[in-house]
Amino acid sequence: MATTHTGRAESAGREADDVPRTAPDTGSTPPPAPTVLSLRGATATLGSRPVLRGIDLSLRRGEVVALLGANGSGKSTAVRSVIGQVPLTGGEVTLFGTPLRRFRDWSRVGYVPQRTTAASGVPATVREVVASGRLSRTGLLRWPTRADRAAVQRVIELVGLADRAKDAVGALSGGQHQRVLIARALAAEPELLIMDEPMAGVDLASQEILAATLREQVTAGTTVLLVLHELGPLEPLIDRAVVLREGRVMHDGPPPKAVGQHAPAGDEPGHPASQGHLANQGCHPHAAGEPLRTGLLT
Amino acid sequence: MEILETALMQRALIAAVLVGVIAPAVGIYLVQRRQALMGDGIGHVAMTGVGLGFLLSTSPVWMATAVAIVGSIAMELIRAYGRTRGDIALAMLFYGGMAGGVLLINLSPTGSNANLSSYLFGSLSTVSEADLDAIWVLAALVVLVTVGLRRQLFAVSQDEEFARVTGLPVRALNLLVAVTAAVTVTVAMRVVGLLLVSALMVVPVAAAQQITRSFAVTFVTAVVIGTAVTLAGTVTSYYQDVPPGATIVLLAIGVFLVLTVLATPLARRRARASRSAEGGDPVAEGPVEGPVGSPGPESPPVPAMRGPSDEATARRELAE
Repeated sequence: MATTHTGRAESAGREADDVPRTAPDTGSTPPPAPTVLSLRGATATLGSRPVLRGIDLSLRRGEVVALLGANGSGKSTAVRSVIGQVPLTGGEVTLFGTPLRRFRDWSRVGYVPQRTTAASGVPATVREVVASGRLSRTGLLRWPTRADRAAVQRVIELVGLADRAKDAVGALSGGQHQRVLIARALAAEPELLIMDEPMAGVDLASQEILAATLREQVTAGTTVLLVLHELGPLEPLIDRAVVLREGRVMHDGPPPKAVGQHAPAGDEPGHPASQGHLANQGCHPHAAGEPLRTGLLT
Repeated sequence: MEILETALMQRALIAAVLVGVIAPAVGIYLVQRRQALMGDGIGHVAMTGVGLGFLLSTSPVWMATAVAIVGSIAMELIRAYGRTRGDIALAMLFYGGMAGGVLLINLSPTGSNANLSSYLFGSLSTVSEADLDAIWVLAALVVLVTVGLRRQLFAVSQDEEFARVTGLPVRALNLLVAVTAAVTVTVAMRVVGLLLVSALMVVPVAAAQQITRSFAVTFVTAVVIGTAVTLAGTVTSYYQDVPPGATIVLLAIGVFLVLTVLATPLARRRARASRSAEGGDPVAEGPVEGPVGSPGPESPPVPAMRGPSDEATARRELAE
């Protein structure tokens, strides 16, 4: 059972890799977008427990890819390995064609961690937290300019928090807090946005604002890698879904439709239904299909 | 003014004010990353330096500075790389530093527990001209780091993982905070003493944040409070013949209590204002206590999408 899944996922991965070599021959199709992010044969352990058991994942410019899977499937570890927070025990990560080890151009990457970290021991305003995202452009020694301040203001307005810019982040609701973290990631105007469970514990009003913000970014050509527990309101934006199970890729292709409909039933973490559900996704008829753009953005 | 007539009191006041400025300036970053007691730990380790200074008949102040810097780097490395038993390792360092200091000072020909007490509780009246020169230089360095790199240090202390993804040299900045804290501890040692030094780093910040919402304002307010209490404490000790270190710390705690009482109606008014500003937001939102991520009254009406899981636990372990 498990071997078939892996085999299928690998074949899907190879097909995706073959695309650039065959595509330029046909004059009608545009040349394929360059690869922005790739994980090849990534393995990682947390403690002594293997969490990633050989993951292949690659994103082309402009793609919106959702990383799905049950709790413990390794999806958060996979994105954290991409940004160098979890060391890989094998395989390699490249960002914009550069191996992670030598990658220095961090202003091209925006990262939204799982919502736990922005409240610290000292009060800080929304603007102060968002401005810290701009440091990947200003760096260690350069002073922030008027353009930097304008960029910070723009992203605060983008997530609808202009009237709360001077409020302490500790006084915000969960959803507003998540919007702050996304604004912080967008402050550097990244080309690749990596988000870990951006919709977890976010109220409906904020979910809509987040989806709208993300839609705007995607329209502007930003590549997005999202860790999600379910597709939810972001479903129309997603080009491709990669489903992980026990540290392996089970599915790499169009987002499985059933997930959105049955999601509430499988929401309870560790519930047997949710496990079975994800196993079914692995056997989805589209599993071996090529990545398709759903084209729902425009 | 009579108090300013003697050179001794002039030096004492200058030293006190400098410490009042730099202790909260470093302390705010420690409080921000929830390491409020790190100053205490460095103070304990610096004891060994004082003892070593007596034993080798060199300057206890410079020896304490050197040992405190080494100790603070060790603490930072244990924090960064130590996994589950990091707190035990830190405890060993703290107590070992203290015990080492007591032992070394008793082994030395000139030292005694009486000497030790002037380092433990401060001795403003013994600040010499040379000491003051050193304090000026070290204080200038601390201000340069804590003010000049405030954006970077803010980001690193706020969210270390995110700071790493912005490409900041997180490890170097963390070590810089640790070394700056060590320098501050040894400078403040003369004023409030090693046992109370952490109070001057933490209490003004804690007091300031009762009434502030932003990091920048907290920083300025904490420095103002720190300067005010060191100045007031030194003057009080001159007229009332009470120990300056203890007076300064008790004054700071007094300011904290007063601001806490004043802040209650202020917080209530802000909560009201933010509720009315939210308008159509379907979720009732007031200021939440503690980390925003914690489950609490702000829980939204969507089903909880995450629960305790092996992955989350494993990640937390890794993060620690």
